[in-house]
Amino acid sequence: MQAAEKIKPCFPLFRDDDYKGMIARKRENFEETFGKDKVADTFAWTTSKEYQDLNFKREALTINPAKACQPLGSALCGLGFKKTLVYIHGSQGCIAYFRTYFNRHFKEPIAIIADSMTEDAAVFGGQKNIHEGLANAKALYGAEMIAMSTTCIAEVIGDDLNAFIGNARKEGHVPQDFPIPFAHTPSFVGSHVTGWDNMEEGILRYFTLNSMEGKEPGKNGKINIVPGFETYLGNYRIIKRYMKEMGVDYTLLSDPEEVLDTPADGEFRMYAGGTTQEEVKDAPNAHTTFLMQPLGLDKTRKYVEGTWNHEVPKLHIPMGVEWTDEFLMKVSEVTGKPIPQSLALERGRLVDMMTDSHAWLHGKKMGVFGDPDFTMGMVKLLMEFGIEPTHVVCNNGGKKWAKAMEKLLASSPYGANGKAYPGADLWHLRSLCFTDKPDYIIGSSYGKYIQRDTFHKGPEFEVPLIRIGFPIFDRHHLHRMTTLGYEGAMYVLTTLTNTVLERLDDQTRGMGTTDYNHDLVR
Amino acid sequence: MAKLRQAAIYGKGGIGKSTTTQNLVAALAEAGKKVMIVGCDPKADSTRLILHAKAQNSVMELAAEAGSVEDLELEDVLSIGYGGIKCVESGGPEPGVGCAGRGVITAINFLEEEGAYDEDLDFVFYDVLGDVVCGGFAMPIRENKAQEIYIVCSGEMMAMYAANNIGKGIVKYANSGGVRLAGLICNSRNTDREDELIMELARRMGTTMIHFIPRDNVVQHAEIRRMTVIEYDPTAKQADEYRALASKIVNNKNFVIPTPVTMDELEELLMAFGIMEVEDTSIIGKTAAQLAAEAAAA
Repeated sequence: MQAAEKIKPCFPLFRDDDYKGMIARKRENFEETFGKDKVADTFAWTTSKEYQDLNFKREALTINPAKACQPLGSALCGLGFKKTLVYIHGSQGCIAYFRTYFNRHFKEPIAIIADSMTEDAAVFGGQKNIHEGLANAKALYGAEMIAMSTTCIAEVIGDDLNAFIGNARKEGHVPQDFPIPFAHTPSFVGSHVTGWDNMEEGILRYFTLNSMEGKEPGKNGKINIVPGFETYLGNYRIIKRYMKEMGVDYTLLSDPEEVLDTPADGEFRMYAGGTTQEEVKDAPNAHTTFLMQPLGLDKTRKYVEGTWNHEVPKLHIPMGVEWTDEFLMKVSEVTGKPIPQSLALERGRLVDMMTDSHAWLHGKKMGVFGDPDFTMGMVKLLMEFGIEPTHVVCNNGGKKWAKAMEKLLASSPYGANGKAYPGADLWHLRSLCFTDKPDYIIGSSYGKYIQRDTFHKGPEFEVPLIRIGFPIFDRHHLHRMTTLGYEGAMYVLTTLTNTVLERLDDQTRGMGTTDYNHDLVR
Repeated sequence: MAKLRQAAIYGKGGIGKSTTTQNLVAALAEAGKKVMIVGCDPKADSTRLILHAKAQNSVMELAAEAGSVEDLELEDVLSIGYGGIKCVESGGPEPGVGCAGRGVITAINFLEEEGAYDEDLDFVFYDVLGDVVCGGFAMPIRENKAQEIYIVCSGEMMAMYAANNIGKGIVKYANSGGVRLAGLICNSRNTDREDELIMELARRMGTTMIHFIPRDNVVQHAEIRRMTVIEYDPTAKQADEYRALASKIVNNKNFVIPTPVTMDELEELLMAFGIMEVEDTSIIGKTAAQLAAEAAAA
């Protein structure tokens, strides 16, 4: 019974007898359910190899996709530019989804505006919405730039942003010279990663396409760094720290680190930090452009290579020792700045930590799911730690990703039992976790359902989730951590090792049964 | 390399857009031009005379089979036909379902991303379904795509009405971008003073009738064999008509923002050429019985 003096949340309240009785009665009288045995049998069937084979024959249905849609990505990209208002041409609901998605992950207010397309806009085209939307947004929110992208409704009816924005300028809804870069981001193509890439390309194009005269690679002595769809704020910070320690002048092309981590000091900051327009305009003059997520930035790469004439280094996401080495050495090579002792020291510390934990991690089996480059980096890390990656699921990874992943797995004996599953979803991964059980899976909060389901079969079948990735809705502040560079590898190593040790403690605290291994020192 | 020219062909349904486009393109190919046709019509009949095929496998058809457009390769959708002409059909849904306009957008995006517009092409022609009915069918005239538009029409009321409407569509895009109306192509229906009429319409819309294609049964003879006239009977007089059209398009410099006429103006034009009767407003809304009574009284 709920009592005013001591309010209980739903758990454990619903475990009280009165609630248990009520729930049982509701089930019996109104839910028309199958019997408990039938439910249990069906559950058991979904854990079988037979079911897995059927599951992998699925053609027309995605269950728990482990990816989001393009405008989510374009929004994150736009948030990384100074005083930039993210404007999505579409209906209210879509944009509410993007805001809440980021609210829940970053625990921050997220400013994204919609132009509220409704039935008439779908019939007559969304030009009127763009005209009024731009005029209102410009008048109300004090932005210095509007980054516009689209949702399904606008894309299905074929709204042409270039023409509509051009007409808005011509008719005086926004000033001629007010910057409005844009990208078409249909939600039903690609994923949030594609959307980020499209918006980035749109912004770079807007500020540089027609002003390339007199610009040439190397002129400003800087390097450009394109983060891609990056949600670990620590990753922006570590890039800045590394460049500072190396004495390298750089431009992060989208830097939402501040706006996604504003302080509670009484002042609401709709905008904070971010890459400036001047920096973007000057970006073609950099030595070259580094792509932190090379598999997810095709369009940006094409533009940077084709228009800026940059020789984009062919690198991997800088996760783990080797790929961070590669990144730093390439930066050093391009800029002529040596890698400082401080970074060598940090690297040494990481290797020391890896050696310390190796005995506990060696031979552990871990599944991974997430974005193309994230899964690449994570698998690389796991193998460096001596962990065996098993099932690697990438819903937004295609043939190119699968090829790269298979090559990576083949590069180490730890990868021998690993397999890439391009386009697979978390329901596929669930099957794999039953039939070929890894010790853990690594990925976003959505993996918790796999943990629950495997636990339901029996504690010995449980596959615990380690939360590294995006989104993480059910743990706090992990988005502030770091996964890139040596420091990122330290964080991942610490997380993995302690998860393994905690689990071992769980299993060995049976008094008089398993506590012979309930050791104080691990 | 000469600059790639992209042109879109619009016009009322059934007016002969696809036939005209394919014969025109064949004439260009015969003259040594490198050309690509992009069919933007769910019927996918824009390339059959070039390929001697019933209907080419379209981008959307193959995408539906493969699961998504991302799984397609350019060579899956690109066929080479007469005179090295590259052919692509966007395809789309069966009548009554889905969204054909989106099909056009998807297909053209795919071609761009896969680099179909390679550097040695001289011309790309988009053969676009009927009227510009929705944003999807305006895709070919968005920025960086077709810059010149030809409207196929004939001296019939509905064809001219459609041509004028397409002109209105072009204005929307021309004001903010580089797309221009490049001329009317009159595909003759043997109506009276057809050439004069279309020339007058063209003049009022601010453009010209770039060519008058007479009616000739050889077009049908060729079509039965799934061929263009250029290929079927290069010596035919009609083949020379298409060659003339091709050379006029090659040399065309007359690109304008159209000035579509009002409905009243159009009707007045049609009346002046005797295609439409002068309207008798006194009979509007009167039943047969009323009219009979009035006639009796008079």
